[in-house]
Amino acid sequence: MQLNGAQLIVRLLEQQGITRIAGIPGGAALPLYDALSQSTKIHHVLARHEQGAGFMAQGMARVSGKAAVCIASSGPGATNLVTAIADAKLDSIPLVCITGQVPSSMIGTDAFQEVDTYGISIPITKHNWLVRDVWDLLEVIPDAFRLAESGRPGPVWVDVPKDVLTAVIELEALPEPACRDPLPLVEAALVERAAGLINAARTPVLYLGGGVIAAEACTAAVALAERAGLPTTMTLMGLGAMPVDHELSLGMLGMHGARYTNYALEEADLLIVLGARFDDRAIGNAEKFCPNAGIIHIDIDPAELGKIKRPNVAIHGDVARVLEQLSTKVLSNPRREWVARVNELKRAHPLALPGVEDPRSHYGLVRAVADLLDDEAVIATDVGQHQMWVAQAYPFRRARQWLTSGGLGTMGFGMPAAIGAALEQPERTVVCFSGDGSLKMNIQEMDTAVEEWANIKVVLMNNQSLGLVHQQQDLFYGKRIFSADYRRHTNFQKIAEGFGMQVFDLDQTEDPRALLAQALKTPGPCLIHCSIDVNQKVFPMVPPGAANTEMIGG
Amino acid sequence: MNAEVIGQVHKVVLELTVKNHAGVMSHVCGLFARRAFNVEGILCMPVGDGAESRIWLLVYDDARLPQMIAQLEKLEDVIRVERHAANRRVFERLEEFFL
Repeated sequence: MQLNGAQLIVRLLEQQGITRIAGIPGGAALPLYDALSQSTKIHHVLARHEQGAGFMAQGMARVSGKAAVCIASSGPGATNLVTAIADAKLDSIPLVCITGQVPSSMIGTDAFQEVDTYGISIPITKHNWLVRDVWDLLEVIPDAFRLAESGRPGPVWVDVPKDVLTAVIELEALPEPACRDPLPLVEAALVERAAGLINAARTPVLYLGGGVIAAEACTAAVALAERAGLPTTMTLMGLGAMPVDHELSLGMLGMHGARYTNYALEEADLLIVLGARFDDRAIGNAEKFCPNAGIIHIDIDPAELGKIKRPNVAIHGDVARVLEQLSTKVLSNPRREWVARVNELKRAHPLALPGVEDPRSHYGLVRAVADLLDDEAVIATDVGQHQMWVAQAYPFRRARQWLTSGGLGTMGFGMPAAIGAALEQPERTVVCFSGDGSLKMNIQEMDTAVEEWANIKVVLMNNQSLGLVHQQQDLFYGKRIFSADYRRHTNFQKIAEGFGMQVFDLDQTEDPRALLAQALKTPGPCLIHCSIDVNQKVFPMVPPGAANTEMIGG
Repeated sequence: MNAEVIGQVHKVVLELTVKNHAGVMSHVCGLFARRAFNVEGILCMPVGDGAESRIWLLVYDDARLPQMIAQLEKLEDVIRVERHAANRRVFERLEEFFL
């Protein structure tokens, strides 16, 4: 068969099982779009900004666990993708990003829409390629998927000059689609030592990160907790790994964790850390974190072992596979005394949710939405106060139920990620909690949501402010609120209507719960607007640089 | 054959075997730069039939070095990383060209 580079890419993507791609065309990507137009298997979702396309792909990848694809043209197309790809890197989300580049002969001449995409993408990807020969695509495209999904998942970037897209080659057959690399072998002696530490521990805590979800090890982790009587905390990225209403759940730890969670960790004599990287927002001041605890650290990425905290036992391996071996060696032990102590801490220092009865308050709105949905719904957020309120108050019970920008903390993540999730799993209701600051950062994707009729419900907590900045200025900068409040009121209802979205305004109703129920039941994209008091805070809060036990508020 | 000592910090030599293609130097140097880890000396030449290159790096042996090596080993184009005390005298033997 005769194919040009662009057709070859499309055929390889089809073969990889890709059915949906988000992107925006442009000069250097035109051959790729021409080839896509002839595909009967791939649906192209036309984003309104490349960053939106990147986050849509993230939404698809985060709910499916499989690599998703976003594409863009050269120059600004590529640079606009950078934030979404960097975000995927920090949260270990598998993406394959493909961009057009100026023709090979013009690279290095400051050609129109030329930028050093290869150089720019090095620090924000797992790996990247500038494809110099059309034949290389036969290796690069399968490799891109293999690398994105193998080991610790992450984004990869393939930059393809226009002449490579148009070069024609004659092929007998396509190469096989990529498979993931085999999992690393687990050292039995280390598992034995880890089991010994767990069996000897008096007050151990299980600590679950996003890696547990990536490894599909949630059931095994919960089983270990139940077998060994391990109170279990989750990082922001790990939420959903254990149902938050499980009796052993300690909820989220860290900067905005509940007091009882951080206090329980302080009393731990052993941490069993699975698929987590001791992020500073999770552990606070690293030296003062769990001062009396030994550490067992299990991770698929060997460079994470010992990066921040020195573990007593470090196991490089797939969390699911390590748990398989560990579970047979850990003795059954309800640890009644320790669990009772943790329950005492829960009673003495509960998570305070002021105003939770009022569906028009910050916590109340989160709970009101939760009351109307089951665990099948997907919950996305943007970044800021609303994100932390949702993380604290939403009853997450399922892996991949929760989509949030953890590591990079990107405002503008929520709505396009929700669109991607809704297109990937159209049977689900996808809620995106957002703030007015965040929503404005990718508000153009309302257009995409309506065009694709994605089943997303954008719950806008509008405090006319960059709330988390406002909070920090209020608490730590002498109440000098600067550049945090928006002086003008934005009419989001009109904006959403302008894009063709349905609008439900909780400010303008006698019965907010009824209107919320109606909104969540109405098919298709909608905006649910609710004003929130700008002086509400996310509490408790660990001040920057402090130990996790030095919380204020809550 | 003694490791060169500056203050209390030794210099060591890292020997990297890498895939020989444009961009691998960017990956290696960029990794050191963005993690704020100084490289005191660097040498790179293709080896064998040219499919692979060898990169020699002269670095200080501070507490972060194991993390740097772990990060290097994760680079897709890095095949192997070996750590030598400064007894690989590649840099000393080149010094005359820098006088």
